[in-house]
Amino acid sequence: MSITTFIIISIIKSLAVVGVLLTAVAYSVWLERKVSAHIQNRWGPTRVGPFGLLQPLADGAKFIFKEDLTQPHVYKPLYIAAPIIAVVFAITSISVIPFGNWVNIGPWGTYLQITDVNIGLLVVLGITSMGVYGVALAGWSSNNKYSLLGALRASAQMVSYEVSLGLSLVGVLIMAGSLSLRDIVDAQGGVFWGFIPRWNIFHGQTLAFFIYLTSAYAETNRTPFDLPEAESELVAGYHTEYSAMKFAMFFMAEYANMVTVACLATLLFLGGWHGPIFGPPILQAVMPVVWFCLKVFFFMFLYVWVRWTLPRFRYDQLMAFGWKVLLPLAIANIVYTALVVALRA
Amino acid sequence: MLHLILFLFFGAICVAGAVNLLVQSHPINSALSLIVVMASLAAEYLLLGAEFVAAVQVIVYAGAIMVLFLITIMLLNAGKEERTQGSRVATLIGVPGLTIGAVLVAWTLVGRLSTTRSVSIGALWGAPKDIARLLFRDFLLPFEVTSVLILIAIMGAVVLASRPEAIARRQYSGPRPQETRELVATGKDH
Repeated sequence: MSITTFIIISIIKSLAVVGVLLTAVAYSVWLERKVSAHIQNRWGPTRVGPFGLLQPLADGAKFIFKEDLTQPHVYKPLYIAAPIIAVVFAITSISVIPFGNWVNIGPWGTYLQITDVNIGLLVVLGITSMGVYGVALAGWSSNNKYSLLGALRASAQMVSYEVSLGLSLVGVLIMAGSLSLRDIVDAQGGVFWGFIPRWNIFHGQTLAFFIYLTSAYAETNRTPFDLPEAESELVAGYHTEYSAMKFAMFFMAEYANMVTVACLATLLFLGGWHGPIFGPPILQAVMPVVWFCLKVFFFMFLYVWVRWTLPRFRYDQLMAFGWKVLLPLAIANIVYTALVVALRA
Repeated sequence: MLHLILFLFFGAICVAGAVNLLVQSHPINSALSLIVVMASLAAEYLLLGAEFVAAVQVIVYAGAIMVLFLITIMLLNAGKEERTQGSRVATLIGVPGLTIGAVLVAWTLVGRLSTTRSVSIGALWGAPKDIARLLFRDFLLPFEVTSVLILIAIMGAVVLASRPEAIARRQYSGPRPQETRELVATGKDH
């Protein structure tokens, strides 16, 4: 492949992935409003388009035309930089996620992934760990006590739960023997006893899956761990002083992070794009991506479902749960997995 | 060619970040410059083919340690530094010392220029598996001893950061712990 083709294909893939991601972000907001409404016996958005499907566009237009307030007491350079940092890292982390296998389009072929790095998982963890700065700097530069408290809570929570999140993945890494997301998914192909898929969640990593899921909710600041923006205590937490597009950027960052975390859960525990393949050849080519999207959608729905079902933790409960329950469980899972793998070898 | 351009680009960012770290008078700005230095160093490692080291650099230093730095600065609400003229000794010894050090490094590098080769991602020995084999097989004992050392440091930090009464009670020749507890329970110690 010549360098020009490579660059053109890369640009097309990047644009496609970012486009799909941003659309997914917009429609997960719609999903959240619709599902929460039905959980509470309401209708949710119905006016703009059929089933309120054009609501995200209307919201986007509203965000653009709202007044962009900059309070005189903020520290301007960081106040402006913070939402940009948050959204940039949230979108960048999707770059190493594989969506499917090798595809051929005419004379060219490519993996359904922007770039295949052999330390893919570490890259995702690294980029998401940098996302904390957006929240922390937003809170500090706003020069407002609610913002600062929200930012401190968010940073402490994200740093704490990152530990158990990272450790819960070690079991999967031991099973696959690789840090490449593609290898991890390939290791999950096939079935047990003819019908149970060999996904990691059914293959000894059930505990790790639940640790990952819990930590991921805390990492993305979602209920029941949404203390950084607990409305009843902190107004809106770190984004209290933000309006219009700057606020929308935090919103986009949160939902983009949710999508990334859902993709990662799919790849690591639910076998990525593996699933029953049938039908004519054209359908067979599309099926893996469809399976991947369905699994991601399941996690997005779970996010919303949990948010409107569970109450919020108290702050000391949150920290105690992270350090005294999840961390020992994650370490126990590593020891168990390593023992099993070593005994089998 | 692209490799060299990227290397120089990130090198320039790294040096600029380091200089900015010293020039800025507000601790938050300095801490952010340090993050830029660390992130661009990670990019340099990546360009040198050490992808695992690059990832660890970002996750551990830029993503975890610097967040704690930032939290500390925010909590202490540290203000701007005062500007001073700088000391005469620093100027007299520091500037020549820095020049000599830079010349030494440059001289060593130029002397070895003929034996250097260019590398690319994946070309060098240093994949996660190789590093793991070194840490958990060849250097297992030093690795474990280091982890014990870190554990001791953490315990020390916990002891130092715990409530001062807990330490003061041990050096105190007055009532024994049991009596203190009773005093606290009856509210007589205040």
